Amino acid sequence: MTTANAAIQQATRAYLELNGVTVSFPGVRALDGVSLQVRAGEVHGLMGENGAGKSTLLKVLSGVNHPQAGTLRLDGVTQHFPNTRAAIDAGIAIIYQELHLVPELTVAENLMLGQLPHRFGVVDRRALIRRAMDELKRLGEHIDPRTPVKHLSIGQRQMIEIGKALMRDARVIAFDEPTSSLSARETEHLFRIIKALRNDGRAIIYVTHRMEEVDVLCDRVTVFRDGKHIETFDSVADLDRHRLIAAMVGRPIADIYGYRPRPAGDVLLEAKGLMGPGLAEPASFTARRGEIVGFFGLVGAGRSELLKLIYGATRASAGHVELAGKRMNFASPRDAVHAGIALCPEDRKQEGIVAVASVADNLNLSARRHFCRAGFLLDAKRERELAQEYIRKLAIKTRNGDTAIGTLSGGNQQKVILSRWLAERIEVFLMDEPTRGIDVGARAEIYHLLYELAETGRSVLIVSSDLAEVIGVADRIIVMREGRIVGNLPKAEASPGELIKMALPR
Amino acid sequence: MQPEEMPSPQASTPPAAPLRLRAWNTINRSGIAVVFVVLFVLLSATVPDFLTTRNIQGLLLSVTLIGSIAVTMMLVLALGEVDLSVASIVAFAGVVAATVITQSHSMLLGVVAGVLAGGAVGLVNGVLVARFKINSLIATLAMMEAVRGLAYLTSNGDAVMISEESFFALGSGAFLGISYPIWSTIAGFVVFGFLLNKTVFGKHVLAVGGNSEAALLAGLPVMRIKIMVFVLQGLVTGFAGVMLASRMSLGDPKTSVGLELGVISACVLGGVSLTGGVATISGVLIGVLIMGAVQNVMSLMNVPTFYQYLIRGGILLLAVLFDQYRRSRRRV
Repeated sequence: MTTANAAIQQATRAYLELNGVTVSFPGVRALDGVSLQVRAGEVHGLMGENGAGKSTLLKVLSGVNHPQAGTLRLDGVTQHFPNTRAAIDAGIAIIYQELHLVPELTVAENLMLGQLPHRFGVVDRRALIRRAMDELKRLGEHIDPRTPVKHLSIGQRQMIEIGKALMRDARVIAFDEPTSSLSARETEHLFRIIKALRNDGRAIIYVTHRMEEVDVLCDRVTVFRDGKHIETFDSVADLDRHRLIAAMVGRPIADIYGYRPRPAGDVLLEAKGLMGPGLAEPASFTARRGEIVGFFGLVGAGRSELLKLIYGATRASAGHVELAGKRMNFASPRDAVHAGIALCPEDRKQEGIVAVASVADNLNLSARRHFCRAGFLLDAKRERELAQEYIRKLAIKTRNGDTAIGTLSGGNQQKVILSRWLAERIEVFLMDEPTRGIDVGARAEIYHLLYELAETGRSVLIVSSDLAEVIGVADRIIVMREGRIVGNLPKAEASPGELIKMALPR
Repeated sequence: MQPEEMPSPQASTPPAAPLRLRAWNTINRSGIAVVFVVLFVLLSATVPDFLTTRNIQGLLLSVTLIGSIAVTMMLVLALGEVDLSVASIVAFAGVVAATVITQSHSMLLGVVAGVLAGGAVGLVNGVLVARFKINSLIATLAMMEAVRGLAYLTSNGDAVMISEESFFALGSGAFLGISYPIWSTIAGFVVFGFLLNKTVFGKHVLAVGGNSEAALLAGLPVMRIKIMVFVLQGLVTGFAGVMLASRMSLGDPKTSVGLELGVISACVLGGVSLTGGVATISGVLIGVLIMGAVQNVMSLMNVPTFYQYLIRGGILLLAVLFDQYRRSRRRV
């Protein structure tokens, strides 16, 4: 069969070829002589910690960043991309982690943005709708092309992004951690589509942090570290995980969770029949001193909503929280903080930090009320000392306390947020997806800090969609499904299969 | 949550909704239009002389200045930008037109010069905002001052009288009983409504304002789109300035101070989002008409000037509060 022969030929030759690509910004070499070959008809995994250069590589492919050295070849032809248009025209599409759709425009308009069909500048609506419908049918999505994108779920939006790439007949499609906010079912659907694209002979680059995804999806894996190409693993079938992690981190890490058991004390936090938006029935549970309680469930199961109820960020319609046996009634997060409960939110950039402010200012944001003079004058010396103390204690990687927190890595930002609450004498830590977007090395440090919190008699509640993380870190796991608590298991009884079975919608 | 308010993104073909539901959807979508209709009926019933041909003509004529500029301000706001320099452009364009007409005795030359003067200011605005990435609030604030200065310099500080008879016809002539400024404003709404809704350019403007990153990555020429919109705003505002000069038969460097706020208010009343990405031409039309109707009635009823300020501010706040309420209910 000639098509099979052609497929084999294609599979052995690199379709996309990067050679010695270097990208420098003032003070940083983001990519340092990187080479990468991606074949047509393969899914090529790209792994590495944050700052390894994966994003920069994608920006080179999309024409946003311009390499100072090196070549980029497509199907053997050297390419230069002066702008994004050129990269699109050459047949490269990037599907970013933060989706780039225009919420107010319709599905059809988003699908064809940049190439709207028109006659003398006037949009040809009929052609627009027809072509969008064809594309949606091809993707197996039942969406009215006239729907504004703002009404779609995250999973549907992702399909629209893929549709955009296909409408331009992109031969190279790069995915940047596409599953980070998808449900299990949406992820499965996405993987089916990606495999179909691969079988269609397209070259796929798949950036991810998750080992499991590499196992089920990728044909080959390349690891970057500090802007350099470290290693390309040619077969995923017999891939040694420890070697892969060692390549990413630069040192072997046997078990990133490093779980340490500890005795639990008295009940510190108790939710009694707590009810509010996002929950389907009243929720009750307890957390003891020295205990780390994990909350597992799918996106939308009501876990984050439950944390917000405890924290007073949303008003409970029934039930209440008891702290060390005392009935609490929080009208706002401020009350909760004063009582000794703190939330480290899921979306650090939006809800956790003031990105342009310094590390010291972010760290002192709450605790400064204890030591400001005359109730309103800043005590600059004290604030500086406090910042230095925690930068040292938690090994926060920053030049000094005056550095803008936005320039720090995710892991270090999370440490600053933790420091903010440590300085506040907080007893109960509510952590919503504490390691999202944080790389392997820094994650291990965060877990270590959580154990220390528990060992000093505090309670930690962790909401996580990462099954391995919940099982690896928590002493007890509460499973939520569709706004209900459906399981409460000690660590010893929590198997991945059992947890997923409980979490899946009936 | 009320089931009637749920969007139905899943439906592949929108089913014929029951009449009541459709009626509610219409009201929901056109919230500010309802306000306008109620207001108009109320005013017609209670204010004597409001609903007369002469008064309505006067009302329309009074909103031509704001209305003609609002159509392009709509595009600027839809980009997520703002333009504070329009009042100064009106004065500058008027003075330029008056000066050129006085010197050359050619009406056409004067009109063209005035419009181009506005376009030139718009070009500078656009380049500052798009190319040099200066916040449009600041860039156009600076231009507002600078261009007002240019207007004074061009006219040596005094108003420039125009003696060319043909020029007055532009502002005071009529066709089918409706004066030219009203016609030109209607034309503006038709042209820019078409541009916004039916053309690739309009969709690109909404895309840049709705998510500029997405627009850039989709390969749109973001910088060129922004500059184009500011240039359009300048040209249209320049024309509005020429029309005003024609009506007043002079080019006055002191004219229209504070006009930019009226124009932006009308757009916001019409549901244009200040953060970009959302704009409808019908909304802007209604916003302009509400502003005009309220102003007109206050004059008819001899409301003292000091109270007029208070009422205008109050109406703007009420309108956006209503809009916010409507939207928050829809989202729940």
